[in-house]
Amino acid sequence: MIPFIFYRLMSLVATVLVASIVVFLVLEVLPGDPAQVMLGVNAQPDTLAALRTELGLDQPLMQRYISWISGFFVGDFGNSYTYGVPVAELVADRVVVSLPLAIMAIVLSTVLAIPLGVYSASKHGKAPDAAVMGLAQIGVAVPNFWLGLLFILLFAVEWKLLPAGGFAGWDAGVWPAVKSLLLPAVSLALPQAAILARVTRSSVLETLTEDYLRTARAKGLNRRTALWRHAVRNALIPVVTIMGLQFSFLLAGTIIIESVFTLPGLGRLIFQAIAQRDLIVVETVIVLLAVSVILVNFIVDLTYGLLDPRLRGGAHGH
Amino acid sequence: MKRKIITLGVAGIAFAAMTAGAQAKDSLSMGMVLEPPHLDPTAGSAAAIDEVVYANVFEGLTRIDRNGEVKPALAESWSVSEDGLTYNFKLHDGVTFHDGAVFDCSDVMFSFERAMADDSVNAQKRLFAPISSIACPASDKVAITLKEPTGTFLSDLAWGDAVIVDPASAADNKTNPVGTGPFKFKRWVKGDRVELVRYDNYWGDKVALASATFKFVSDPSAATAAMMAGDLDAFANIPAPEALPAMEANPNLKVHVGTTEGETILALNNGAKPFDDIRVRRAIAYALDRQSIIDGAMFGQGALIGSHVAPHNPAYVDLTGRYPLNQDEAKKLLAEAGYGDGLTLRLMLPPPSYARRSGEIIAAQLAEIGVDVEIIPLEWAQWLDQVFKRTDYDMTIVSHTEPADIEIYARDKYYFNYHSPEFKELYKKYVATLDPEEAKKIMGDLQRKLSEDSVNVFLFQLPKQGVWNAKVQGLWENSPIQANDLTEVHWAQ
Repeated sequence: MIPFIFYRLMSLVATVLVASIVVFLVLEVLPGDPAQVMLGVNAQPDTLAALRTELGLDQPLMQRYISWISGFFVGDFGNSYTYGVPVAELVADRVVVSLPLAIMAIVLSTVLAIPLGVYSASKHGKAPDAAVMGLAQIGVAVPNFWLGLLFILLFAVEWKLLPAGGFAGWDAGVWPAVKSLLLPAVSLALPQAAILARVTRSSVLETLTEDYLRTARAKGLNRRTALWRHAVRNALIPVVTIMGLQFSFLLAGTIIIESVFTLPGLGRLIFQAIAQRDLIVVETVIVLLAVSVILVNFIVDLTYGLLDPRLRGGAHGH
Repeated sequence: MKRKIITLGVAGIAFAAMTAGAQAKDSLSMGMVLEPPHLDPTAGSAAAIDEVVYANVFEGLTRIDRNGEVKPALAESWSVSEDGLTYNFKLHDGVTFHDGAVFDCSDVMFSFERAMADDSVNAQKRLFAPISSIACPASDKVAITLKEPTGTFLSDLAWGDAVIVDPASAADNKTNPVGTGPFKFKRWVKGDRVELVRYDNYWGDKVALASATFKFVSDPSAATAAMMAGDLDAFANIPAPEALPAMEANPNLKVHVGTTEGETILALNNGAKPFDDIRVRRAIAYALDRQSIIDGAMFGQGALIGSHVAPHNPAYVDLTGRYPLNQDEAKKLLAEAGYGDGLTLRLMLPPPSYARRSGEIIAAQLAEIGVDVEIIPLEWAQWLDQVFKRTDYDMTIVSHTEPADIEIYARDKYYFNYHSPEFKELYKKYVATLDPEEAKKIMGDLQRKLSEDSVNVFLFQLPKQGVWNAKVQGLWENSPIQANDLTEVHWAQ
């Protein structure tokens, strides 16, 4: 286990370095001057020059990169060009929206998808199986922003049960905050659940034909116990892989849902920062996301070991 | 026992409902499309900054009112010397900043000198260019001397970029704005909203609203839903023209369509082929049916314009009939200019929907006179770089939302590369004219000159599509300056 963690840590640092250099260079060739975006079309050249100096944009590329990356590793990400406040503060403000939203969505979709997938597999070829898979088919096809709009029309405009959008903030209390995340979380969760249910079903079906299951049944376990104790547990490995991918996606890939519900999340922060050429924010958020993807993969790998003892020894060989 | 509790509970709810009904509402939540990058109007050009703080949090010596006229603000009166060079302002007494600091002439001096300094990042530094010196004859008097007579000076001082700040708090105004206005800043939940509350020591008339919240909703359907659900009391300029009929039909809401300072133009690169030839510029002007652009791209909202001045401006001259739709004339002009066999032009479009939608229609209309249009969508930063800075374009569509910005045509270098010594001379004369009637006359000549030279194709004035709760009164229907002035807003009983 210890070499495994050490290997992971080293690859984390290497990935951060590579990602940061790539992001820095890519953003550098992107046309558009942050100072010009801030001052608009009526600004005069000397004002532009003064702002560029103030933001440190007149310094050479190498120097800007070094001062940013050396701060990055000690948690000082620098100041946002447009907002003028520390990037860490901006990111922290957004993470308290995006992280709970992602967790709510992933929990909802898991709670919904795994039992349905297993149930569907256990009724393989029968009517309930067809019904669940039909629903899943619709779930995969329906875009989450459309679901979101539908929910807003029903729950906010028509029934006035939940807010149409916006985020109350955690300081307004847990319930108001959760309430504003409820509809977006469900909108994100349903299409994800559909995918997850299909993966679960096919994975369980596959394990049902494995030798160890026949052995288990031969030893006298009833069908139900054999299914849950042996088949499902082994079938979860591909499911956990998909969940890991979904979580990484949810953390920053929810720009559209955040727009539909006007949530101040990470997705919208990065979208806005790109539009305003707030390069330091874009760089920081992308590298932080890279870190989070690596961490999620790490957790997924650890989970493999828990689920399947055969993988415990060789996990670091991935 | 159980029954008693229920009765008490019901009584409590009923009481709460009654008192809520009896008390007039004194808060307002208003939707805005864009979140301001920060809240210092003296350090950025984003319209969203002024839309939150202008007249609400910050005040200048003068201000623009809802009719676009210059009115006293922190200066209660002024006199101008005979030669038009010295302005003597008398400041209001008893004015304090929100942190308690006392306002006097030294703050005016500080604010203007800061804006004029070499390292100033004031986006409208040019407003202060005529100033030669500022003096404080008394704590409640300011004397400003100009280098040359400037007829626009009093209205220039009314811009958000010329508000008065306190030396002690100026550096933090981006995140914690401290002004002299009737509302003070409470907090900013980034990405979501800015909250203001009434400032009890305000020097002027007390405002009716005890608190106001600006919520940032950029998505058109989210904006519509928030208004329909009653989450928002008002949207000063809702980004969903297609939803206006549904809102008009809702008895709780009122729709108010006004005008803005946004002249929407099909800008032409006068500095390069083929638009260095006036015949080609005029051909494009003749080829476009601008009313059908408004109908198609703006759902019929927006006023026709024929030059670079808003119809609500007192000096506006109606030139919309100068280039009526005439495809034959357009083709004839193209042929004379040597493009009888057709022409290919690049049309660069920034992200706003007015630009993208108008662009499609314009391309279709130009195809009818044999002009092949290649549409190139750009994001805003890219547009600023390629079109604005490097003038690498043929045509583009953009709305110029700054008030009184005809000055851009007199600049030596500006992206449509219009260089007319006559226009420059005329503009110089306009600025130096102190008599309002005379200035109005010259402003008319300026508009005619732009139209005659067909510098750009003047499409339409951007509408201000306001929607608000039927009980809200006192909001501005037009937008003569980028502001959501809440000082006269109140709820009907």
